[in-house]
Amino acid sequence: MALSFSPQAHERIARLLPQYPTRMAACLPVLWVAQEEFGWLSAEAMRLVAETLELPESHVYSVVTFYTMYRRHPVGTYHIQVCTNVACMLRDAYQVLSRFERALELKPGETTPDGTFTLSEVECLAACGTAPCVQINDRYHEPVRPEEVEALVARLRLEAPALRAARPVASAAGPIVTAQSVPAADRAPTAQGLPAVERD
Amino acid sequence: MTRIVTQHLIVTQHFGNEQAKQLAVYEQLGGYAALRKAVSLTPQQIIEEVIASNLTGRGGAGFPAGKKWSFIPKDAETVYLVVNADEGEPGTFKDRWLMYWDPHRLIEGACIAAYAIRAHRFYIYIRGELVRELRVLEQAVAEAYERGYLGPSMAGSGWAMDAVVHRGAGAYICGEETSLLNSLEGKRGYPRLKPPYPALRGLFDQPTVVNNVETLMNVPTILERGGHWFADLGFPGDGGTRAVALSGHVKSPGIHEVPVGTNLRSIIFEQGGGMRESGKPLKAVIPGGSSMPILSAAEIDVPYAFQAMLKSEQIREVEQAPGIKFRWGAGGTLRSMPGSGAVTVIEEGTCMVALCARIMRFYAHESCGQCTPCREGSGWLAQVCTRLARGAGRRGDVDLLQRVAGQIGGNTICALGDAVTWPMLAFLTKFRGEFEAKEAGAAP
Repeated sequence: MALSFSPQAHERIARLLPQYPTRMAACLPVLWVAQEEFGWLSAEAMRLVAETLELPESHVYSVVTFYTMYRRHPVGTYHIQVCTNVACMLRDAYQVLSRFERALELKPGETTPDGTFTLSEVECLAACGTAPCVQINDRYHEPVRPEEVEALVARLRLEAPALRAARPVASAAGPIVTAQSVPAADRAPTAQGLPAVERD
Repeated sequence: MTRIVTQHLIVTQHFGNEQAKQLAVYEQLGGYAALRKAVSLTPQQIIEEVIASNLTGRGGAGFPAGKKWSFIPKDAETVYLVVNADEGEPGTFKDRWLMYWDPHRLIEGACIAAYAIRAHRFYIYIRGELVRELRVLEQAVAEAYERGYLGPSMAGSGWAMDAVVHRGAGAYICGEETSLLNSLEGKRGYPRLKPPYPALRGLFDQPTVVNNVETLMNVPTILERGGHWFADLGFPGDGGTRAVALSGHVKSPGIHEVPVGTNLRSIIFEQGGGMRESGKPLKAVIPGGSSMPILSAAEIDVPYAFQAMLKSEQIREVEQAPGIKFRWGAGGTLRSMPGSGAVTVIEEGTCMVALCARIMRFYAHESCGQCTPCREGSGWLAQVCTRLARGAGRRGDVDLLQRVAGQIGGNTICALGDAVTWPMLAFLTKFRGEFEAKEAGAAP
């Protein structure tokens, strides 16, 4: 069955279009609407955006693959994104990341088999003054100390069912991909054993 | 957002006041008076005031703002202002705080700037991750429409002004102004060749000015207190203040607003409270976001201003090989710059090879791939630095880094190539011994 936008999404799109002199310029905003509606951007969702904006599907695909925040796979109920860039690295971000890896039994780019958590290592989040920063879904947690990770994960586990209930669409959109089924090229780049910044 | 600034000069004056993001409170605190004054002036008068203020771009390049506005053709029919809120240079977080605490100052500044270049619409291109700030801005824009600062007659002037908040989707390169314009047009964020410059052919092929958030937030104060007041507050040729974003091994990270030209050591040791509790001494400072040449601890007694840091003999010139000075642009040598105003403090005991590897890995990830020197070169530097840092380097790796780094900057469409070359060569110029020690421990 072909995907379609809800009436609310149609309304949002109708409000977006007059803000730009070309339909193409609405491509990023409409992709955001689609991602919020369906949880991620499947081939069908990209086709729907292309039809809505009268753009070639190839254009929409080229845009989706350029930006890191458009998801071509479903993510867990919680998408945990750990910044390890310079300022966070200097304040123990790699310890934070490895604590998450251990607590969730995941490598960056992977999702737990139950679909609750996806872990990513990400680039600078513009939170360097409150490093190390961890973005969980839309919310920044800053700073997160390495020793706080286990408690944070435990709390999220408890809250997960309520959050899932509040967001039925994302989980209905398709099967959650687990570690093995995410193509390597789509995984976030990892540190590949970069040593800790502290020497002594 | 737990830490509050130590000085409240211009752009940070409402930090800590949660109510100031409401229009009514912002007005009570004197907000939008500058816009009402602006619409009683001609666009040319505003541009002259901003030129007199010596306001320079706060996004990283430091270009004089008034001059940029003056490049817009006077007879252009459709002109756009684009607010660059795609903050992403590692170390930089000022715009995020500025938008959160004082969104109306940004809208007011953008309204004045748009009017000065005869635009009827401005776009605020905000980084996709900044969801909280996006909501704050959307709320502020809605309030400004309700109150008549935006809409068919801006502040009763009869001049129509529209504002659109546009969310990015995760791409560092979109902070580069021509990449941002392509992204705003709904395309992949590939930087464009210049010329044509955006002032002649920018957004939707129309004359366009792209200004950073902090730059625009200074404009209301310039109109209220006068360009000369603002110029006097700063450094010769570089007026006003900088919202310095302090991070790393410093006691009080956060935003510290200081006059342009404040001594960098005092920014770290007075505003920032010095080194953190670990008790380790200062080793190095990245003075303007991770693309700016790193400084050793002995190089920080300099005024924090573009011209001063470019020329100060305190700062060693970056070398492309031992004893051979690196040349860029019109052939000048390179020392360092305050860039985006991000100061990252690094203590003794930090491995500079691992730090450099992390920076290279970032630029390799963010290279858009259009230009071969940047796409391939950044990846090679990241790989070689990383293997050195892990103790798995090879003989000749340090020379290899130097050779590859020297062939990227200046050979690419946009400045991301320089953002790879500059830090790599600066790390080698100042901390070559650490790289060589890693190489010496490597297999032949």
